[in-house]
Amino acid sequence: MLLSVKDLKVVFRTRRGPVEAVRGIDLHVEAGETLGIVGESGSGKSVTSYALLRILDAGGSIRAGDIVYGGIDLRHAPERQMADIRGREISMIFQNPRSALNPIRKVGHQIEDVLRRHNRATRGTARAKAIEAMEAVKIRDAAKRYDAYPFELSGGMCQRIVIALALACDPRLLIADEPTTGLDITTQKAVMDLVSQLIRERGMSAIVITHDLGLAAQYCDRIAVMKDGEVVETGRSVDVFTAPRHAYTRRLVDATPRDGASIRSLLPAEVRTPELTHTPSPEPLLRVQDLVKTFEGKSGPVHAVKGVSFTVHDGETVGLVGESGCGKSTTSSMVVRLLDPTSGHIMFAGEDLAKTPAKAFARDPRRASIQMVFQDATDSLNPRHSAERSIEEPLRRLAKLSSRARIDRVRELADLVGLPRHLLDRFPHQLSGGQKARVGIARAIAVNPRFLILDEPTAALDVSIQAVVLNLLADLRAKLGMSYLFVSHDLHVVRLLCDRVVVMRDGEVVEAGTAEEVMEHPSHPYTAELIAAAPRPPVRHQAA
Amino acid sequence: MSDATAPAPARQSTLGHIGYVLRDNPVTLVAFLMFALLIVLAFFGPMLAPYDPLASNASRALEPPSWDHWFGTDNLGRDILSRVIVATRLDLTISVAAVALSFIAGSVLGAVAGYWGGWVDAGLSRCLDTIMAFPLFVLAMGIVAAMGNTVENIVYATAIINLPFYARLVRAEVNIRRNAGFALAAKLSGNSDARVLALHIFPNALPPMMVQVSLNLGWAILNAAGLSFIGLGVRPPTAEWGIMVAEGANFIVSGEWWVALFPGMALVLAVFTFNLLGDGLRDMVDPRRRT
Amino acid sequence: MGRLRQISKRVAQAIPVVVGVVIISFVLTRALPGDPAVYFAGATADEKSIAEVRANLGLDKPLPTQFLYYVRDLATGDLGRSLSTGQPVTEDLARRLPASLELTLCALLLSCLVAIPLGVLAATRPNSWVDHLCRVLVTTGVSMPTFFTGILLIYVFYYLLGLAPSPLGRLDFIYIDPPSVTGFFLIDSILAGDWETFLGALKQLVLPAVTLALFTLAPIARMTRAAMLSALSSDFIRTARAAGLTWRTILFGYALRNAMLPVITTLGMVFSFTLGANVLVEKVFAWPGIGSYAVEALVASDYAAVQGFVLAMALLFVALNLVIDILYTLIDPRIGFAD
Repeated sequence: MLLSVKDLKVVFRTRRGPVEAVRGIDLHVEAGETLGIVGESGSGKSVTSYALLRILDAGGSIRAGDIVYGGIDLRHAPERQMADIRGREISMIFQNPRSALNPIRKVGHQIEDVLRRHNRATRGTARAKAIEAMEAVKIRDAAKRYDAYPFELSGGMCQRIVIALALACDPRLLIADEPTTGLDITTQKAVMDLVSQLIRERGMSAIVITHDLGLAAQYCDRIAVMKDGEVVETGRSVDVFTAPRHAYTRRLVDATPRDGASIRSLLPAEVRTPELTHTPSPEPLLRVQDLVKTFEGKSGPVHAVKGVSFTVHDGETVGLVGESGCGKSTTSSMVVRLLDPTSGHIMFAGEDLAKTPAKAFARDPRRASIQMVFQDATDSLNPRHSAERSIEEPLRRLAKLSSRARIDRVRELADLVGLPRHLLDRFPHQLSGGQKARVGIARAIAVNPRFLILDEPTAALDVSIQAVVLNLLADLRAKLGMSYLFVSHDLHVVRLLCDRVVVMRDGEVVEAGTAEEVMEHPSHPYTAELIAAAPRPPVRHQAA
Repeated sequence: MSDATAPAPARQSTLGHIGYVLRDNPVTLVAFLMFALLIVLAFFGPMLAPYDPLASNASRALEPPSWDHWFGTDNLGRDILSRVIVATRLDLTISVAAVALSFIAGSVLGAVAGYWGGWVDAGLSRCLDTIMAFPLFVLAMGIVAAMGNTVENIVYATAIINLPFYARLVRAEVNIRRNAGFALAAKLSGNSDARVLALHIFPNALPPMMVQVSLNLGWAILNAAGLSFIGLGVRPPTAEWGIMVAEGANFIVSGEWWVALFPGMALVLAVFTFNLLGDGLRDMVDPRRRT
Repeated sequence: MGRLRQISKRVAQAIPVVVGVVIISFVLTRALPGDPAVYFAGATADEKSIAEVRANLGLDKPLPTQFLYYVRDLATGDLGRSLSTGQPVTEDLARRLPASLELTLCALLLSCLVAIPLGVLAATRPNSWVDHLCRVLVTTGVSMPTFFTGILLIYVFYYLLGLAPSPLGRLDFIYIDPPSVTGFFLIDSILAGDWETFLGALKQLVLPAVTLALFTLAPIARMTRAAMLSALSSDFIRTARAAGLTWRTILFGYALRNAMLPVITTLGMVFSFTLGANVLVEKVFAWPGIGSYAVEALVASDYAAVQGFVLAMALLFVALNLVIDILYTLIDPRIGFAD
């Protein structure tokens, strides 16, 4: 056994007294094995990994337990010995690779620092060894990249540098803390494939920390599921995914979007109700024609959207899919009339909305019929307004209601989106992520819009909350007869909710069709690449 | 369907937060108490002063502190304690008026520039750059010298040199929130740009502004006192801390320390209070220290 | 090369600022109270001779014309003649500038040497007693009006302890000024090999320099602390720790270098404070710099001298800011590649 953790407890000092972030967990990693630690935000999975290396943030300390690595007691080892172990025996890679590197030091020098610290290189050999380490992680033109600063490299390239830095001294254990967070989907796959290949080639052990059960199942030998600072279940990946024993694991498996799942099957079995049907009519509600947006950049014009056309029928849900920078957000901003297109038409219920400038649209009678649910629920709520005030805002401006009627309507909306009424007088920082998402949805539907734009409404949410919100949106669509434009980077999520899908890349539509067609038989290679990039967990065969 | 498994963070009152900051940092508590004292002196100073601050008495000139005159007397035999107390109102008025002026003008200019950008922003930035290109005290000297040697002009000069700080702060705060989700949502709710700016974005920029106000009050006092120290603005025999220090400076080399020390200490205490208060307010509004 | 283009772009940006400075300094001094023509014409002058003097000085022309004259004179380095000294203002300022610069730069150097280690110390132990002590110390420093600090120091070190020489100027009368090379007495006396004069000049300099330094401790120490705290809590520090780098390397090689960037930016503001406070300190210590020159000129409504002073200070400050920005461009690789 390479690493064993027994009854580990980590405590953080906070202003409300000590908080136990990790409450007595047991883990072990065999030589050559990859262990996945899976959990939602706040489960204590990252804290566990920092505790192993004793690099906890200020205020955190190991309260109890044993950490033994290769016979060394890591909990009680002197700091000097610990510093020798870090980077040479155990090393770590991080999320958001760009910020994980020193912004004002050349990446090559940062690798050299580690090599020289652990006596793997001298002043004379450091450069050559650093380039060697960069080549080992498949960086082309390593000698040229050596002199680059992190800001000059893409996110994926930065993550390779971080991996090169971690593996430079041939450690025996690699800890990867959400290594794909902050990267584009296609890059995510490349990075994970690289990491797992390097682990296999070098016969290393690894711990992969992730919120994505599917990703863990695909790349890890064993999985430990964490919740509220405790390990609720450990087992072989296939077993955990196909035959979860703990109720929480089951819920997590259910909520993970996967091949063949329906939107209701994301919910725990005991709360599943029959799916409400919605019937799209063949009448077009929104017709976007040759929409173009060109921004004035410092170094010439930037063509964000280059002539996009698509149609949304009355009662239909259309997915707008692409990676960051593909122009999907710019397109949705123009459709919702927050941004003026350079050229093109936005035909809505027979009228061209592009004729009314965005500036004047706030007082346009058609304002109420097109609304939006924003990506980040926290950012989209005014921090100084209570939930009630936020939901009420569009009613004040766009509906002619008495203040009495407004209050009634806010309560009705709260019931409709499943927000307990007693939470209405709370401020955003007093609400959970899921509750904030509900407030955002209630505000968007307050004035009975016919058309709702959903801008990655679940991107910032844990999977179990994502499942709930997606189902809420499906129910509202059926109950209120709204049409949706669902903007997302995740084809698996889009497929659950959408009738048709439009795939964008570099400001252009590369493929459009029914969700079935696009997912099963992508006609464009880029679409195929996007589909292949999503993790493929083992399929679970279940009766229910 | 419910997401009850994600517990909402416990509710926390603003008062509770203030209490926490004060407990965590007793220095801030002291600052609040000193601030209260300054306010009392500014309002009731003339009633509390034991002597007439302008009454001279040649027979008791330059007396060191005694039971009759706690802070001693100056070269004209005036009671220094009374003069220090009475000067509070003038010094605070100058700084509060100057800061209020620059706060209002800076907020409007900065908010407009930060929200709409374009040529308004470019023009304002150039003007602010030009003001900031002067060492600020030197500019204040120039303005008071040019416009005339009066208390009002000290206020205007101090307001002008403070203006860039507010305008830039508001501009930055408004700019980062211009495309925040809640501002866009407010537009979708039918608010015009002006309403979004005034009712949704600007109130969120207020907390950092309050910190700046507190720090600037101290700085404005220093500035006004500095100007009167070199003979600009307030004129003798008016009781003002800067002038009193200037008068006392002549007696320092001959050992009559009390003439300069007590008004100087009053000045230091007042500025110190506002600086600590600014620090305390910063702790209170800093979102990272909240929850 | 991109770096070079950045620097020349930054220099070009200073031009409109200089233009603005010239306009403001012109407008300010033309509004000075008191009629310089009356002053120049003397006590016995009648209206006719005053008008003559006014015409000679160009004061009867409309303001835009006066401004053009002013710019023309400025281009030839002519700032007019001081009423009180009778000398050209340019010469007066040039003679007195080294005294002000020597004081300011020594004070800033002293301040940085104390404030940066203090800020680092406070940042490595946030909320400890060291941190609180630093905070109270620097807050006290910035709350002390420089003219008051100066007076206190004179009382303690000159009157009570007798350690400091009398606070009158750059050098006691028993020494002879060192032969002028740079105009900085400390440097000139070293160049002349005259250690006695060097010591004499140093003694005179200590109190005013400390006075100024105390005032500027706070902004530098606070910015260092804040920048260090934010650098130490960055993700890249965690990477460095996980890679086993020593605490020394992490603290000085990684955190401090990143933290220095905002500190350098703050230096611009600190310069502004120092140059302003300089005026007050020079008055207290009878320091023969351009600050005390301006105070005397203000009292005498000597507008050419005041105008020259304000302009000189502003140009000096613009130049210093330029140096700071160029320094920043050289240190931070990201400049010029943003957006």
